[in-house]
Order: sequence, then C-alpha cells, then structure tokens
Amino acid sequence: MTKTTIEAPIPGTFYRSPSPEEPVFKKEGDPVAIGDTLGLIEVMKSFTPVVAEAAGTLVAFHVENEDAVMAGQPLYDLEA
Amino acid sequence: MAMQKIFVANRGEIAVRILRAAKELGIATVQAVSAADETMLAARLADETAKIGPPHASKSYLNGDALIAAALETGCDAVHPGYGFLSENAAFAQKVEAAGMIFVGPKPETIARMGDKAVARREAQLAGVPTVPGSDGTVKDVAEAQAAAEAVGYPVMIKAAAGGGGRGIRITENAGELAALIPQASAEAKAAFGDGGLYLERFVRRARHVEVQVLGDGERAIHLYERECSLQRRRQKVWEEAPAACLSDAQREALCMSAVKLAERVNYRGAGTLEYLFDETTGEFFFIEMNTRIQVEHPVTEMVTGIDLVAWMIRIAGGEKLGLSQKDIRLRGHAVEARINAEDPSADFRPHPGTVSGLEVPGGMGVRFDTMLYPGYQVPPFYDSLLGKLIAHAETRVAAIARMARALGELKIEGLPTTVPLHLALTRADDVRRGTFHTNWLEAWLKGHPLAAERTEAGQSEAGKESR
Repeated sequence: MTKTTIEAPIPGTFYRSPSPEEPVFKKEGDPVAIGDTLGLIEVMKSFTPVVAEAAGTLVAFHVENEDAVMAGQPLYDLEA
Repeated sequence: MAMQKIFVANRGEIAVRILRAAKELGIATVQAVSAADETMLAARLADETAKIGPPHASKSYLNGDALIAAALETGCDAVHPGYGFLSENAAFAQKVEAAGMIFVGPKPETIARMGDKAVARREAQLAGVPTVPGSDGTVKDVAEAQAAAEAVGYPVMIKAAAGGGGRGIRITENAGELAALIPQASAEAKAAFGDGGLYLERFVRRARHVEVQVLGDGERAIHLYERECSLQRRRQKVWEEAPAACLSDAQREALCMSAVKLAERVNYRGAGTLEYLFDETTGEFFFIEMNTRIQVEHPVTEMVTGIDLVAWMIRIAGGEKLGLSQKDIRLRGHAVEARINAEDPSADFRPHPGTVSGLEVPGGMGVRFDTMLYPGYQVPPFYDSLLGKLIAHAETRVAAIARMARALGELKIEGLPTTVPLHLALTRADDVRRGTFHTNWLEAWLKGHPLAAERTEAGQSEAGKESR
C-alpha cells in the first residue's frame, strides 16, 4: 500500500460538496476511481471540479470545506 | 453633522474609487480588508485598514456584523458599501444606522422597497413610468390568453407563474400559435413546477439595455442622463457608453424624466440607477428594476456630465442638500468604458487569477483607468474577475471609440490573461462602430469571431464552469 498526496491544481476556495445542502462528494474511507469528483474549487465565482487522476482509497483530507487553498497545497491522501 | 471618518466596506477598484473621493472631501478613511486583501491597492491608499475576516466573502465582505464591529472599533461615523456584497442589503443598512453610523446610500426602507421587483414595478406604474406590458396575473384558458395577448401586443412570451430562470419560456407571434402553445405550456409547467399557471409578457426581440443615473437628497432628485449597456456576455455587462446612441433627443428626455418621477416618488436619497429595456423598433422603453447603489459603469456618466457621483453620494449622506439642479446637468461628448477582467477570452473567458508581473497604464487626453492593479500585485482567486475599467471620453462617439482603441493599445498587463483583446476586437467591429447592437449581439458575434490566444502559457488548467 502506498500513500499519495494530491495537491490543489489551482488556487481558490475548496468545497467538499456540490452545494451546502448536499452530502460531501467523498468521505474518508471511500473508494476513488479515476474521473471521480472529490471537490470543487471556486475561482473568481467560477467552479472547477477536482477530478481524481488515480484510483485508490481516500484516507484523509488536508483542508476543510470552504478553506482557501493555494495551487500546490496538499488536498487529500489516496492509498493504493 | 459632516462626516469625519468613513469605513469602506468593499474591495477592489470600487474601494479605490471611494477612498479617492473621501480624501478629496477631507474625510479620514478606513479600508476593510479580508485575510486575502492585505496587499490590495485600497489597503495601501487608505489612512487605516481593519481586518474583517478570512478570504471567503461570506466570512468577510458579506459578514455585516464583522464589518460594523470593525467600523466602530476604528471610530468611523459612516459606512460606504460600494457595489455588490451588502450594498443592497436593507438589513445591513439598518444595522449600520442602529449602530449610530451613517449608511452611504438610500434609507433602508427604500432599499427594501425597490429591491422587491413586484413592488418596484408597482411604484413605477404609480409614477407613470412604463413597465413591460403583460397579462394582469395568470391567464386561465386560451380565450383569456388571446385577449391578454391582444392587449399586450405580439410577440408575447408565455411564462410559467411558478417557473424561474428562463425555464419553459415560449415565444409566439400570433393568436393561432398561442392557442396551440397554451395547453402544452400549461401541462409542462404543471409537470415541472406542480403548477400549470401561465402569464404573458411582451417579448422584445432586439432589446437594448439603457439605464438612467439619478441623484437625490430624499426630497428632490435629478437625472444625469443615461448609459447604454447592451454589450453583455452571460448577462454581465462588458462595455458601456454614455449617452445611449440609440435614443433620439425626445426619447432621451422622456426616458430621463420618467426616472426622475420615480426617484422623487420614493424620496430617493443618494446615487441610484433605473434600468430600462428599450425597443428600438417601436421606440418604447420599459422600466425593469432599480439599483439602489453606485454602479460599476458610473464613470461614463461622470465623464459626460463632469459630476463626481461618488463625492455627491458621500456629501448627501453627510447631510448636504443636493446642490445641483437639472439645468446644471449638461451632456458633453461621448464616453465608452471597457471592463478589463482577469479572464482568458481565448478559453471561453475562464477566470484566471495571477500576479501582475508588469503594468503599463495608458494616458493622454480623455483617458481614465479606474483600477485595483499595481505592478507586482497578486490578484486573489476569491472575488470577481474585474481588474479595472478603461474609460475613453471624446467629443463624438466615433472619436471616443478611436480613443478607446488607442488606449487599449497602450495598456499592457503582464502575467495573466485579460479581456483587453476582446475590447480591441470590439473597437474594430462594424456593429459596435455603427452602434447597431442589442443585448444578445455580443454572444452571437463571439461565436463567429473567436478570439485568438493572447498568451500561450495562460489558462492551462482543465477548468469546467459550473454554477453552484
């Protein structure tokens, strides 16, 4: 089992769910497939999905919902 | 009591604009800053800054309690809300007043009244201002719809009473088609919204967006002529002008006087804008809504009238009477404004924050650049993409567009893509030069005139646009 840390591709505000009323895209322990959406980053009022480029199990998030993130900042850990 | 110290509860270019006006009036300034804005130009220009919270607007510029606490803590006696954020929030205005400070804008009850579209429409009708013709409430069957459509005038839009966001709208030119569409539209509305109720509204195929600037002191109001903002993309204004080239002198007079009647009817205080839809084919104009704040595009009005709108807002809020009468307001020449956004026009206008590695600002006669930029500034990703507004003023519209093209050529913003190439292309477009456009013109034109990439390194991410 190797653990990989995935970084934020762009700066902005990070969201874990599609909207405040909805559940998170993925929670700790969930399986992740390539192409799965793990969150959204809001940049200047436009929303960009954070899409998995590798498969595995989500083990940890490094940011909270609505946190400001910088490009390259660790977002989540994936174990495969 | 004249104002002593003003709190700027906004950011970006409009915060800079407000600070400049306050300084010229001899008023001390405090700038609100979120954690992402400590290095912004307004923070550099203000006498003091006050931290109001984390980057996300909901925790800073939209957090009324944090703003009011910061204003009180720094000893301010007035709050200027700018545009967007809490500028049209009646509850915020109320809280500012309850805290013993001046809200630079209309009375809270005016904001609430004009912020309700149905109430504003009713007020307009009572002031004798034309509104978009429509059926009186819902139509119950085909016969009633046909009678209403006859009174409204074709083409008409069929809208679902329970709908919204443009869903399920149908447009028809005649009574026969209307009879066929009504049952369909009703069944669909019933399925989609659980309510089959329909109403009708006049459809204006080639609408132009014109808006009238007003200033009032709570008793008397004047207009400062109109602007045209028909060049829009996704309902966002891109390029604005003053005056509107599509109006005759008689139409201009009627339009602007209607705005004064409405502003006086609601005892309007401060700077405000009444938005209208203008049907060029019939020459009719219809009131749509009122914005009870300063607008992004206010500089074009300032250029053609020579009146400092932001200074007047502050003076009136400080208790001065409107020291201008209608005859003091004269139109001089023509002004155009280009909104310079941190967006990549070659990649579907994807927003693109970044660092301004180099900046050359245009100058010369009749050129004004209201901006938040300075060399080395890091444009944060948390707010809208407006970087500044380039304004060109000249004796005629043709000369103003030529001046805009010249100024755009001098403007160099390095380090991030901007909408400068879009505006350069617009200054060369025949329809723009002739002034023959409408609110749907720009999006159609962009499909036929894709803009080449300005910079190859910009906009590399696979960003998708979704609205939350």
